Amino acid sequence: MSARGEIVFTVNGSAVTVSAAPVQRLSSVLRDELRLTGTKVGCDAGDCGACTVLLDGEPVCACLVPAASVAGAHVRTVEGLGNGRLSALQASFLRHGAAQCGICTPGMLMAATALLERNPHPAEDEVRDALGGVLCRCTGYRKIIAAVMDSARPGSGLDLGLPPAGHAVGASPIRLDGIAKINGTEKFGGDSFPADALALAVIRSPHHHARFAFGDLEAYQAEHPGIVDIYTAADIPGENRFGVIPPFADQPALAEGSTRFRGEAVAVIAGEPDAIASLDLSAFPIAWTELPALLDTETAQTGDAALLHAGRPGNLLTQGFVEHGDPEAALAAAAHIVSDMIETSYVEHAYIEPEAGFAHMDGDTLVVTACTQAPYMDRADTARLLGLPPEKVRIVPTATGGGFGSKLDLSVQPLVGLVALKTGRPAALCFTRDESMTSTTKRHPAAMRATIGADAQGRICGMVFSGDFDTGAYASWGPTVANRVPVHASGPYVTPNYRALGRAIHTNGPISGAFRGFGVPQATICQETLYDALAIKAGIDRLEFRLKNALRNGSETVTGQLLEEGVGIADCLEALKPHWQRALADAGRFDAENGHMKRGVGVASCWYGCGNTSLPNPSTIKLGISPEGQVVLHQGAVDIGQGSNTVIAQIAADALGVPLTLIALRSADTAITPDAGKTSASRQTFVSGKAAEKAAKSLREKILRFANVSDHAALSLEGCLLIIREGDATRRIGLSALTPDADGLVFTAEETYDPPTAPLDAKGQGTPYAVFGYGAQIAELEVDLKLGTVKLVKITAAHDVGRAINPLLAQGQIEGGIAQGIGMALMEEYIPGRTENLHDYLIPTIGDVPPIETILIEVPDPEGPFGAKGLGEHVLIPTAPAILNAIRHATGVPVTKIPATPSRIRAAIREAGR
Amino acid sequence: MIRYAKPTSIEAALALLGEGSWRILAGGTDFYPALGNRPPREDILDINGLGELRGIAETPDQVIIGARTTWTDLICHDLPAAFDGLKLAAREVGSVQIQNMASIAGNLCNASPAADGVPPLLTLDAAVEIRSTASSRFLPLDRFILGNRRTALQPGEMVTAIRIPKPSTAGTSAFFKLGARRYLVISIAMAAARLVIADGIVKQAAIAVGSCSAVAKRLTGVETALRGIAVADIATAIATAELSELAPIDDVRASAGYRREAAREIVTRAVLAAADPPSANAVAA
Repeated sequence: MSARGEIVFTVNGSAVTVSAAPVQRLSSVLRDELRLTGTKVGCDAGDCGACTVLLDGEPVCACLVPAASVAGAHVRTVEGLGNGRLSALQASFLRHGAAQCGICTPGMLMAATALLERNPHPAEDEVRDALGGVLCRCTGYRKIIAAVMDSARPGSGLDLGLPPAGHAVGASPIRLDGIAKINGTEKFGGDSFPADALALAVIRSPHHHARFAFGDLEAYQAEHPGIVDIYTAADIPGENRFGVIPPFADQPALAEGSTRFRGEAVAVIAGEPDAIASLDLSAFPIAWTELPALLDTETAQTGDAALLHAGRPGNLLTQGFVEHGDPEAALAAAAHIVSDMIETSYVEHAYIEPEAGFAHMDGDTLVVTACTQAPYMDRADTARLLGLPPEKVRIVPTATGGGFGSKLDLSVQPLVGLVALKTGRPAALCFTRDESMTSTTKRHPAAMRATIGADAQGRICGMVFSGDFDTGAYASWGPTVANRVPVHASGPYVTPNYRALGRAIHTNGPISGAFRGFGVPQATICQETLYDALAIKAGIDRLEFRLKNALRNGSETVTGQLLEEGVGIADCLEALKPHWQRALADAGRFDAENGHMKRGVGVASCWYGCGNTSLPNPSTIKLGISPEGQVVLHQGAVDIGQGSNTVIAQIAADALGVPLTLIALRSADTAITPDAGKTSASRQTFVSGKAAEKAAKSLREKILRFANVSDHAALSLEGCLLIIREGDATRRIGLSALTPDADGLVFTAEETYDPPTAPLDAKGQGTPYAVFGYGAQIAELEVDLKLGTVKLVKITAAHDVGRAINPLLAQGQIEGGIAQGIGMALMEEYIPGRTENLHDYLIPTIGDVPPIETILIEVPDPEGPFGAKGLGEHVLIPTAPAILNAIRHATGVPVTKIPATPSRIRAAIREAGR
Repeated sequence: MIRYAKPTSIEAALALLGEGSWRILAGGTDFYPALGNRPPREDILDINGLGELRGIAETPDQVIIGARTTWTDLICHDLPAAFDGLKLAAREVGSVQIQNMASIAGNLCNASPAADGVPPLLTLDAAVEIRSTASSRFLPLDRFILGNRRTALQPGEMVTAIRIPKPSTAGTSAFFKLGARRYLVISIAMAAARLVIADGIVKQAAIAVGSCSAVAKRLTGVETALRGIAVADIATAIATAELSELAPIDDVRASAGYRREAAREIVTRAVLAAADPPSANAVAA
C-alpha cells in the first residue's frame, strides 16, 4: 500500500479528516477509519452494490472509489439519511417489509434516494433501472419496488402497526428488529470488530485435490513483521474434525497433508491488520502437488475411483430409501407412463453478507461473535475442535445477512476461536467474496431419473425415482438431503406404489450442504416436469391433473403416514384455478399476435415436512416479566431475515395475553438464551413458535395462580405494575417488590417442544414429520424462440401456511423464495474455479423478478402454534418446476439440464427441430 | 512501499509515465476487482486529477471523447442519433453505480472481449488518441485492441481521447445486448449497428458484434450485403450474409454454437432497430 495521507471531505454534512492511503477503498475508509459500518461490503468488486453511497449526489460503489477521489467531495451514507429520524423512504421500507436480513438495505436506500431526489414519483421501470445495481437475496425485490414507489405518498409516516393485546397473531406490524436494519445501526458479522483485534489471512487449496507440504513458516513469519503467528492443523488443540451431523463429522478445520476441494483451508496467518493487509499470499511457503480429482458422481462411483473418505465405499456418504406398495406392477399396469432424466447444478447461497466474526477471551471462556444460523451447534463443534468443554465456549450471534442453509455450518468460528485461544487477543475475520463462495456449502447438483404412471382416469398408480446428489468433499448436510428426498419425491400427491432412492455421493467438488429445501427442490423439478408430461399424455388439463391426485385429509403418504387433518394442497390448487384459466387465455391471445415470442404457463406444487426428518428437534423458549414491567423474551430462534424475532414475539404476546409492544427481545446468545434449535428446515415458526406458545401459556398460568384468578383474566403492564383484571375486580402486583431470578426476571417460564415423529423403517415407512406445509405456483413467461431467452411475466403463488402469524412477513418469504427459484431455474450454476464471484455467478437482479401475486391459504394444523405451519423452504420449491413447465408449454420442448440458460433452451428447441 | 501519483496536468502525467512502469487508475471499476484483497504491487498513476481529460468536445471534423469521460457523462451529453447505439451500450455497462465512475477509455484499455462499448465505437469508426512525452498517435479502434486483455499501448503511453470522425456520425444507430439476466450482466453476445438510409435504401451500414471473438469485430460481409438494399429487405439480406469474422468459444455463459446462431439474430434486430429508431427522447438522458 502507498503511504497514508490526510484526506478531507464531508460525510453526511460533517467535515471529516482521515488518514488513509490514496487508493484505499472508500468503503474501507468509511467502515474502518470512520466506523460508519452502515455501508456494507458484499463483494469488493462492484457486483453487488451493497456499498452504494452518494458521492456528490450520485450513487457509486464505495468499494471502487479511491480515497483520493473523495477529497473535497460530499459523501452521503445510510447513517445520514434520516438526520436522527427516519426519511420517508426508510419509513416506507419498514411499512412494506422491504428489508429482510437488511444487508442490502443501505445500498438499496442510497440508490433509491438518488432516484427520488431527482424524481419523487418514479414509475416501476425507473425504480428498476435505478436499483439494478444492488443485489438482494432475501426479498425478491417486489417489496423494495413498492416501498420506493410509495415513499412519496402524502401522510405516509412511520406507523409501527403494533396490534392491541390478543391481536398480534394475524397482524403485520413492522418487524420488531426493523429500525436498525434501515438506519444503518444493525451489526452484522463484520460490523463490530474490536479495534485491537488481530486480523487473519487464510491459506486455501488452489486445487480440487492436492497434497501439500509447508516450507519454512518461521522464516516467512520473520520476514513479515506484524505477523503474530501461523497456525496449521498441528495447532488445533482438540479433535480436528467437525460436521453438522456428529456421526458423519469428517471435515478438518485446517486440512492435514492433503486437501479434498478447491478453497479448503490449510493454514491461518494471524497478525496486525496492516501487516495482514499488505501480505502477498502467493509467496506463502507451501508446496502443492495436484492430485487427480473426482468431479462428478458417475466417475466417483466407479470401481477404481479413489475414495475421499475411508469407510465410505463407492464414495457413497449415505442413502435414503422409501418403498411403498409394488411400483413395478403398478407401472406395468399403467395406462400412461412417462420417464425422464434431469440434471441440476451446484447453486451458491450468495447471501450478500460474507461470513464474518471475531473471537475473544472472557476469562477462560472463548466468546465467538459471528453471523450464524445455529449458535448451539456452532458451540458444540467449536468446542470439540478447540478442545474446550462446551460451556467454555459462548456463541453470540450477530445479525445475519442472509443464510439460506449455508450459515448452519461452521465458517470463521474455529479460525478466529483458535487464534483468540492461542494468543489471548481478539481475532477477527471477514471472508472475501471468493473465500465465501469457494469454501462454504452449496446446493447439491442432482442427476435424477424417474418414471411415473397413471391409470386411464389420470390417477397416479406408481412412481420410481432415483437421484444421485453430489455431496462434494465432506458430509455437511448430505445425509439430510439423501433422507429428505425420497420422502418428498412423490410431491403432495397420492402415490400408492412408490420407490425412491436418494444417494449422497462424495466428489472433490465444493461441499454440498443445506440450501432452502435440502434436495427437495431438485427432486420436485424431476417430479413436477414429469407430471406435465403425464397430464399431456393423458389429455387432462395440467392443473386438474394435479388436483385429481392431490393429497387430502385422510390420505396416506408414501411413507405410510396417515394425514388426518390440515392438508392444504387441494385448497392451494383450487385457489389458483381462476388464475390458471386467465393465464392460459392470455397465452392463447399473445401467441396469436406474436411470431417468435411465445407465452407459456406452468404450474407446480410442493409439500415439505417441517423440522428434522424422524429425529428429535426440540426448541426451548424462556420468557419472563422484568421488574421494570417488560415481557422479556429469550428469543433463541436466530432471525436471519425471515422474521422469527417478530413472529415468535407475536405468538408469545397472544399466548400470554399482553400487547406486542411490551415484548423485549433477548438474543440467541448461548450464555443467556436457551437452545431454540437451528434456523433451518422451516421449523422456527412451527417448533420454536410452539415452544413460545407453551412457555407464554405457562407464564400466564403462573401469574394467574399468583393472583388467584381464572383464565378469563386480562393481563397488562403499566410501569412497574402488573395489572390483572377479571370482571370488575382488579389486582395490581408491584413488580419491583418481587425478588428477581438470575436472569433478572420476577415471573418466568421455560418450555420445550419437540415435534412428535416416528423413525422410518428399512423401507422408509413411518411418520417423519409432525407437520407438513403445502403450496403451488403458476409461472407465466415469454420465450424468445430465436434466442432462447425467457422473460417472466408473472408468478402467482398459493401457499398453505396453516395460520399466517404475520401475513406481510409470509409474503416476504414467498417473494424471496420465488426469486431464488427463478435463479435456480434460469441462471444459477456454480462452477468451481470459474464462477467464484458475483459477476460470473449470476443471481436474479431487480429486473428479473416479475410481479408476484400471493394467496395465503390457512388450513390450520392441529399441531402448530395457532394452527401455523412452516413456510421458509416451501416457497422456493414450486418456482423452478413451474418455470420449466411454462418453458415447455411455450416451446413444446423440455429442458433437462438446469439452469435453463438461453444457450440450453435454444439447443433444446433446435434438437426438437423447431 | 509503492509509488502513487495524482498529477494535475497531462504533461505531468506523461512525464511520469516516461519514467517507469505505472498502473493507471481511472474509474477504478476494473482496477479494484482485479486487485481483490491483495495489496497493490504496481506503482499507481491516478489520472482522476486530469480534468481536461473529462468531457465531450466537437471540432469541425471530429467528436472527441476525453479518456476520463464516464458513461453517465456520455448518456447525458446531447449527441447525434449515430451515437444512440453507444448510449444504449452505456446504459448496459454494469449498473448506474458503475456508469457513474467507469471511463469509456478504460473499457477499451481493459480489452475484455465482452466490453459493451467496443461494438458501437467500432461502428462509429472511432480512433484512439494515444500520447506519450515523445509523440501523439492515433490508432483505429480495431488496431488498438489486439486481443483478449491486450492493446497496442506501448510503455510510456496513455490513451487521452477517443475521436469519432464527423462523416461517421451520420445516420441512426442501435445496440442489442444478450445476457442471462437483466442488469449487471456480462454479455453472451452484443451487436451494434449504424445505418445511413436515404429514400428507403441503405446507403451505409456499419455493423459490429462483441463477445463472439477475442476482440469485437466489424462484420464486413453483413455490411456489404446491406449496402444498397431496400430497408424492407434487411432481414433477408442478413439471413444469408457471411459472419466470417466471428470465432465464438464455449464458456460458462453459452456454447459457441449458440453464439454463432444468436449473433445473426441480434445483428438483425440491431440493424432493424437502427433502421426504425425510437424517438430520440427514449435514448437521450
